[in-house]
Amino acid sequence: MAVTGLVLIAFLLMHMIGNLKMFIPVYVNEVGETVNEFNHYAEFLKQDLLYPILPKGVFIWIFRLVILACLVLHIYSAVTLWLRANRATASKYTVKKTIKQSFSSKWMRWGGILLALLLTWHLIQFTIVPTLAGDHDPRSLVIAAFQQPLFVAIYVAMMLVVYLHLAHGFGSAFMTLGANTSPKAERVLRVIAHWVAALILVGFVAMPFSVLAGVIN
Amino acid sequence: MSDNTLNLTLRVWRQPNRNAPGKIEEYKISGISTDSSFLEMLDELNEQLTVEGKEPVAFDHDCREGICGMCGIVINGVPHGRGNSLDTPTTTCQLHMRKFKNGDVITIEPWRAAPFPVIKDLAVDRSAFDKIIQAGGYVSVPTGAAPEAHANAVSKLKADRAFDAATCIGCGACVAACPNSSGMLFTAAKITHLGLLPQGQPERALRVKRMIGKHDELGFGGCQNLGECAAVCPKSIPLDTISQLNRDLIASLFKGDGKH
Ligand code: HEM
Ligand code: SF4
Ligand code: FES
Repeated sequence: MAVTGLVLIAFLLMHMIGNLKMFIPVYVNEVGETVNEFNHYAEFLKQDLLYPILPKGVFIWIFRLVILACLVLHIYSAVTLWLRANRATASKYTVKKTIKQSFSSKWMRWGGILLALLLTWHLIQFTIVPTLAGDHDPRSLVIAAFQQPLFVAIYVAMMLVVYLHLAHGFGSAFMTLGANTSPKAERVLRVIAHWVAALILVGFVAMPFSVLAGVIN
Repeated sequence: MSDNTLNLTLRVWRQPNRNAPGKIEEYKISGISTDSSFLEMLDELNEQLTVEGKEPVAFDHDCREGICGMCGIVINGVPHGRGNSLDTPTTTCQLHMRKFKNGDVITIEPWRAAPFPVIKDLAVDRSAFDKIIQAGGYVSVPTGAAPEAHANAVSKLKADRAFDAATCIGCGACVAACPNSSGMLFTAAKITHLGLLPQGQPERALRVKRMIGKHDELGFGGCQNLGECAAVCPKSIPLDTISQLNRDLIASLFKGDGKH
């Protein structure tokens, strides 16, 4: 749970930096070539990364396989935990208060399911359909999508769920791995989790909003 | 002594035995002194019920001074009844009626967790905790002459932490409070207590594997690091003991001390 979650967060951070390249406009460099940083990055990921150690286009499949395996293992452990909890709490209180647990931690499970659904949508929209259609201009694709308020709304909703998930998850993962060494460390971990989650939220939604506002075109 | 008294409505979980279904029953009680403890209030309820020819409410208790770990009732949705107050959590026997107001409606339920089946009314069977301790919560002490004390220096920091963890009284409030019914705080308190002292080292790696294995086998839930347990623990066992347990568990995976 913790290890796969942290790998997924590392992936999100990398993905975020890639997306931010949308802010670099297409420009003509000093030798007269048109440079499209975002498309170049996408191309690099899919074709050139680790080339010539690996043949062209192989890295991206290894990468996808690792991420997918982490996601599958992550969801598998989440479901196992959920089933164990259901068995252990079969008899319900008539009155039960929670006095410490955070709002975000209450949303780990249903939020996780929501996230899985939105993630599926996201992959269909930006990976599966364009690949099948043989589209080679991701920059235009992203701009076309985010000029429509509905797609921005779905994307922002997905990132809000990610925010909630990580506001608990990031700190929790470190506690599971043994990093909670004192009450102070616990407070620090919980605060850092909120900042990391907020960084990811802002880093991801800035771009679609800018497209919608016409700042990126 | 104050002469304040309370009139209360009690909604009490009544269940004749482990297999029979239970339900909430409502009782009125009056003239409860604010100086009495919660358990004394229940004693008065039982006198009243006995006079009325009804079955008294079964609840666990022993020392009534917060040290034995026998008492334990969920009061208005919070184990041991601290509620949202910022007071340090106490045991049920150390909760006083001055924490309540005249006319309050108080819901009283047993610990609810699959590994803690109800015996009767508010009394639950917590022998699952004994089984976790039996699985590894001990140190094996060889016979022979006492070892020379100075040979085993313990840092003050570790000694304090081990002592604090050792104050767990095994009441089970942590399990009762946990949305996953996890017994991690209890298990972690023992792992921390023994794992930080020299006597606990030879069995350290095996202990954590065996205790967690037993914990899971008995049907306790997993930990999500929510913190509900530590928030109700009458001995203030901190959540970081669970991270200590996780550290020991991870380290034990690299040690060849057998499997649990
Ligand atoms: C972008 C994808 C995701 C990331 C970065 C992520 C990250 C994390 C992290 C770091 C944790 C904390 C692990 C721990 O406490 O040990 C966690 C917990 C959890 N995740 Fe995810 N997760 C993702 C997707 C999902 C999905 C799709 C589900 C859905 C089924 C899910 C369900 C859960 C659940 C139920 C927990 C709670 C377990 C716990 O607190 O221990 N996650 N996640
Ligand atoms: S850890 Fe605290 S709440 Fe849990 S059994 Fe020990 S004393 Fe009771
Ligand atoms: S009766 Fe002993 S701790 Fe409450």
